[in-house]
Amino acid sequence: MTKKDVFVLQDILLSNAQTAAAIRRELESRHILAVNLLSSPGAGKTTLLEAMADRLRGKARIAVIEGDIETERDAERIRAKGVPAWQITTGGACHLEAKMIGKVLPDIPTDIDFLFIENVGNLVCPAGYDLGEGLRVVLLSTPEGDDKPKKYPKAFTTADVLLLSKSDLRPHLPFDVEKAKAEALSLNPKLRVFVISSVAGEGLEEWIDFLFQARQEILSRA
Amino acid sequence: MFETLLEQARVHKAKRITGVKIQVGALAGVVPELLESAFDAYKKGTIAADAVLTMVKPPFTVRCRSCGNESVRDDFVQVCPACASTDLEIIHGLELILEKIEMETDEPPGAPD
Repeated sequence: MTKKDVFVLQDILLSNAQTAAAIRRELESRHILAVNLLSSPGAGKTTLLEAMADRLRGKARIAVIEGDIETERDAERIRAKGVPAWQITTGGACHLEAKMIGKVLPDIPTDIDFLFIENVGNLVCPAGYDLGEGLRVVLLSTPEGDDKPKKYPKAFTTADVLLLSKSDLRPHLPFDVEKAKAEALSLNPKLRVFVISSVAGEGLEEWIDFLFQARQEILSRA
Repeated sequence: MFETLLEQARVHKAKRITGVKIQVGALAGVVPELLESAFDAYKKGTIAADAVLTMVKPPFTVRCRSCGNESVRDDFVQVCPACASTDLEIIHGLELILEKIEMETDEPPGAPD
């Protein structure tokens, strides 16, 4: 009997990373920008997508993948806006993984401009899984409080964009936008920050302009 | 991870896996105690049944793109303590890596990998 040390030095999430890379290549070849939306439950991801469906009508072709633990509710809300939507119910898992996206991908129309992926509501685990997205967006809503970035750092460290959502509730709640912004930027100086309200419309135009710009930049880089 | 362990054990004709060493970055998002419980549950009935899991925790470390300074930030803040630049690269802290597998084989010592 011999003792042997085998040095592997391999990413434990390698299979997710490989699937995500294949999805990214596939989407880039179709000229689709995938946007992974993550936040705690109730930060307004679905409401934002509804508002964007209205504003993007006639300007861009979009599709949505909805991730939830149970129910078809979110996909139904998106379909009611005339946007094709696929619901992934994880049955308990608190985040989406690249393989789940890979299963849905063959059904997604090839001629769309944006694929929005609404992750399971959770500010922790979704941050650990690359889905093959071109842009990772984290939402932080007014009722959650301005002290969240440092409490849940990874979501903010790994995101490209921060949307401070539900700005219409600010008159009623103590949420310091500058403090939230500064804290998030201290964790990730490259974050693009937008203050938005999906119901009142604040900031949506700037955010959507940015999305078109980002699509061009990311796809031309690919 | 267990797929890799068992595959490596096959490749090296291992009789037993006695130890597994992994790197869990400070911002990897993995709770060491939960990973240990999962490992203990998975290993039962496999050739890794007696394997000891060792975890090292690389701290969140950034390198400044302006002055090259490397610093450890336990608060995950990205600012260079040397020149105050915010143009930094994360070099450690996000990793979740299977580093080493210790096994017992019938191969003679020094057999090629």
